[in-house]
Amino acid sequence: MIRVLLARAAQMLMVMAAVTAVAFVIFRYVGDPVLIMSREDATPAEKAALSQALGLDQPVIVQFGRFVGRVLTGDLGNSFRNQRPVSGLIAERLPATLELVIVATVLALALGIPLGVYCALKPDSWLTRSIQTISLIGISTPTFVTGIVLILIFSVWLKWLPSFGRGDVVKLGWWTTGFLTASGLRSLVLPSVTLALFQVTLIMRLVRAEMIDVLSSDYIRYARARGLPAGYIHRKLALRNALMPVITVTGLQIGALIAFAIVTETVFQWPGMGLLFIQAVSFVDLPVMAAYLLFVGFMFVSINMAVDIIYALVDPRLRTRAA
Amino acid sequence: MTKGVITATRLGALRRAMPPAYVTMAGLVAGALLLAALFAPQIAPTNPLDLRSFNLADSEIPPFWVEGGDARFLLGTDNQGRDMLSAILYGARVSIMIGGGAVFLAAAIGVSLGLLAGYLGGRIDAVIMRIGDIILSFPTILLALLVAGLARAVTPEAANPRYVPFVLIGAIAIHEWVQYARTVRAATMVEGAREYVKAARVIGLPSARIMFRHILPNVMSPVLVIATINLAQAVLTEATLSFLGVGMPPTYPSLGTLIRIGNEFVFSGIWWIALFPALALVILVLAVNVIGDWLRDRFNPKLRSRG
Amino acid sequence: MTTVPALAIEDLRVEYPQADGGVLAAVDGVSLTIAPGEIHAVVGESGAGKTTVANALIGLIENPGRVAGGTMRIGGALLDPATGRGDGVQLGRDIGVIFQDPMTSLNPLFTIESQLTETMRFHLGLSQVEARARALELLKAVGIPEPERRLQSYPHQLSGGQRQRVVIAAALSCNPKLLVADEPTTALDVSIQAQILALIKDLARTRGLGVMLVTHNMGVVAETAHSVTVMLRGKAVEQGPVAQVLRDPQHSYTKALLAAVPRLDRKLTRFAVLTSEKSEAAHAARQAIAGKSPMERTPGDGPLLTVENLTVDYVTRGWLPGSKGRSMRAVDGVSFDIRAGEALGLVGESGCGKTTVASVIAGLVKPTSGRVLYAGETIVGEGAGRASRQASRQALQMIFQDPYASLNPRMRIGAILAEPVLFYRLAGSKAEAAEDAALLLEAVGLERQHAKRFPFAFSGGQRQRISIARALGARPRLLICDEPTSSLDVSVQAQILNLIKDLRDSTGLTLLLISHDLAVVRQMCDRVAVMQAGRIVEIEAGETLFETPRHPYTRELLSLVPRIDRIAIA
Repeated sequence: MIRVLLARAAQMLMVMAAVTAVAFVIFRYVGDPVLIMSREDATPAEKAALSQALGLDQPVIVQFGRFVGRVLTGDLGNSFRNQRPVSGLIAERLPATLELVIVATVLALALGIPLGVYCALKPDSWLTRSIQTISLIGISTPTFVTGIVLILIFSVWLKWLPSFGRGDVVKLGWWTTGFLTASGLRSLVLPSVTLALFQVTLIMRLVRAEMIDVLSSDYIRYARARGLPAGYIHRKLALRNALMPVITVTGLQIGALIAFAIVTETVFQWPGMGLLFIQAVSFVDLPVMAAYLLFVGFMFVSINMAVDIIYALVDPRLRTRAA
Repeated sequence: MTKGVITATRLGALRRAMPPAYVTMAGLVAGALLLAALFAPQIAPTNPLDLRSFNLADSEIPPFWVEGGDARFLLGTDNQGRDMLSAILYGARVSIMIGGGAVFLAAAIGVSLGLLAGYLGGRIDAVIMRIGDIILSFPTILLALLVAGLARAVTPEAANPRYVPFVLIGAIAIHEWVQYARTVRAATMVEGAREYVKAARVIGLPSARIMFRHILPNVMSPVLVIATINLAQAVLTEATLSFLGVGMPPTYPSLGTLIRIGNEFVFSGIWWIALFPALALVILVLAVNVIGDWLRDRFNPKLRSRG
Repeated sequence: MTTVPALAIEDLRVEYPQADGGVLAAVDGVSLTIAPGEIHAVVGESGAGKTTVANALIGLIENPGRVAGGTMRIGGALLDPATGRGDGVQLGRDIGVIFQDPMTSLNPLFTIESQLTETMRFHLGLSQVEARARALELLKAVGIPEPERRLQSYPHQLSGGQRQRVVIAAALSCNPKLLVADEPTTALDVSIQAQILALIKDLARTRGLGVMLVTHNMGVVAETAHSVTVMLRGKAVEQGPVAQVLRDPQHSYTKALLAAVPRLDRKLTRFAVLTSEKSEAAHAARQAIAGKSPMERTPGDGPLLTVENLTVDYVTRGWLPGSKGRSMRAVDGVSFDIRAGEALGLVGESGCGKTTVASVIAGLVKPTSGRVLYAGETIVGEGAGRASRQASRQALQMIFQDPYASLNPRMRIGAILAEPVLFYRLAGSKAEAAEDAALLLEAVGLERQHAKRFPFAFSGGQRQRISIARALGARPRLLICDEPTSSLDVSVQAQILNLIKDLRDSTGLTLLLISHDLAVVRQMCDRVAVMQAGRIVEIEAGETLFETPRHPYTRELLSLVPRIDRIAIA
């Protein structure tokens, strides 16, 4: 198990190194930092001085080293657009995105797993057919269309729920939460449902496929041949086997949710990191793009690591290899 | 006796090969949309790309069955007076072209690299697959946004409507090729270990002939399944990019761009500008997904859908 | 005195609806009874319906099949085929089941304890503590070392033989009246097979357990069972005590089946087969092929093939490019040679390295060290020249084990056969190559027009003939056969082995036969090498080795193989 985890850690470090390298390239080579940071009428001498001050005359490897050093100390530069430190911008937007993603993940798992199990156990029932039809429509509908339709129905026509922003938030240290106010919770409903719907269908389809696979396996046939009750076989034995890959996929999906939050946040004007990033892309605000990339890369790597550790703890084939 | 058995199983296979009615329907819908998009210039009442063909005075007219509708504009008009039906036909054309282009590029890259990695193994395999691992750590949409955004930072030409489709094709394919490469590599390793490939090696046939004559035809069915499902995904990704404002510009709109334009009017109750393109998009993607799903179950029940 | 039989099946019929609307009777009017303590074997070739009988008994007939008629009684109580239950009968409690593959029968995510005790808790209402104590006893009874520790183990920590013992323990946990064992030792090596069969015999005797043993192996029947049912296409064609059926078979199919089983006790010139093998066309085709052979490079007095000090390590690759993982020695210093025209057999249990040796000779695997010489020239290993390697490729051809994987499913038979012919320029034109392919088909007992078909249209035995024809297409001097018949039924095996014998007679082919089946090797080979753990432990002229084996491992192997001439229970 230790070996497996070490190998995975090495892989994660490589991913992080690749991400950092891309961020560095964005920072250093995409668009000329000197041109961007100096006044329009700067003389060549001024530019050279600035270039030296920024360390751009050093060998690339040294520049990269310094970049990594700065990233590690949390210095991600200033936003071109509003000249504020990028790390501050990110910290400000982080709680909004994380709260949205957490609620959406819980929703997706709470709906996706039971539906998937049901569809696998009762393949011929009318309910299964309807669920599968809806799920096919679900994976064919892009997140932003879901969002627009929900806004049209629940905000514009029925006027039940707010269609943009976080509502009132409560400050807990540097963290701001929408969980503690009624308007905050109401504001969460549409965005989190929008974000979760696509994932529900994915998780449901995966659980169904895994469950069907496991149910036709030899050891489940053998459990049937031992006369064990069907309910026990399905709930205790088969579900455990079927949920193993779900752990991995859920990890991947949390990553995907952070990415899809970009879309949801745009539709609902949710003041999270996705909105920050999409604004940075349209204004070619390179430091913010680079910082977002680094942050998301770090999140993915951490989630993947967490998934591996959980997997290793849950799967005896990995766990006992340490012995 | 043996002959009879073979005919019986063949009949059964044929019957099983016939798609159920809903799949045939999906095929017809997808085919109709494809043809409509392809012949948009011939079918569409107006040319939405030609500024002279529409009039600001006609703006925001609802569809013809709603009060205030106009029979000239079956699905209404947008904020500039463009006929929605024409805009959707032209938009679908753009969406399908970009989606198809991305699938083709991704499949070409992925199949070649997967075949190489799977058959040759060793260092080439390790390098290709590690790059793939890293790319797959990021969702399609994020990578595509980054590529599209960076392309703009590198050269303003990337925002030129003439080049945007190519930027988008590249931005989508850069992520999607990995899926083909992984599948083809795995299939190639399975096929490569099978005895007909060993037999070809014992005969002494050169590697290139073994790869293309013997292995490639046997790994193509999962590729076709992935390509179908992938087409739906690529169309969605393009729509998302355009919706977010880094895809096709309003002067040369895809379905996603149309929905982006319409989104601003949803709050004022002008729903048709966003809803009709969205409906067209969902129907197109759904039809392709239905076909893809059926193909997957048909050819390879083990092949899973991936996010 | 009459005892209630453990199992009584009467007139069982299992049907599968066909795509064309008809019905296939997989089991058609089968009746059999098994007394307590009796081991009853159900034998037959693939498709005979023997496994379907077992599945009907344990309620595992897959949709759309169904039990269409007949009765099944366990200890006198009628069983409902739909539920696997009956009046006072319960699947799992009164019927224990063992499947073929112990590697997949146990759930990888649960401990042995959990899988053993759950059955007892459900069927006997035992508490976890009581069930655990009984599980411990059971593990001792089936001969698992360190049972306390093994209770906490997961399946992947046990060997195949140990897993099958656990499966047997689970099957016995509720004191069933009947044990259904479906090919329980087919996935195991002979040494483990012998232990598991001994265990089943012992349990039947001491516990008065009725056993239904489904098998394709006549040797297993002879050494294990009391009585036997022979099945053919869903029907029971012959039934009776093992000694009677095996020594004095009445039905022509039973006679043919027994005659086709390769004998370990003496060498015969040919296998007896049901169908006529005399074919003038095939004989003429073989002559024509032999006449066309361009490979007349005789090695003089030296051996045709020499293997010197061959060692092969398999290295698993690490995650990073270029990093190395663990290595495993598959072949460890193997040397032997084969004379022109000779048939050499290479035998051993799974994992002994015999297939790796064949793969190195065929050029499929690179050795770590050592070399292979063909007609005195190095073709593999240090000093192998490109020219000699190319020439030897043509001279060394190979046929493989799995007839379903050895033909490219997307190529027509004609194209498959023409490929080597064209590649080695043995034909001047495509038409000439097509004619050669037709000739090759005739030589292996198929018809010319088969060239137009795709592989899926052929049975396993026919595909193996096509594989042989493809190998012959290159006009080899040496034919390497890697387990050529181990996926085939015995009657088909007999035909294929006879074909190889005929080909040797008419073309003077040299043969390297890789097999785990000692009896097949005895029938086919002039000289035999026995491999164990990557080394050759004994190499000797065939009859000498089988009559007077010197190495203890050879003696052990020979004693463990189930033989139809050793009937255990008369």
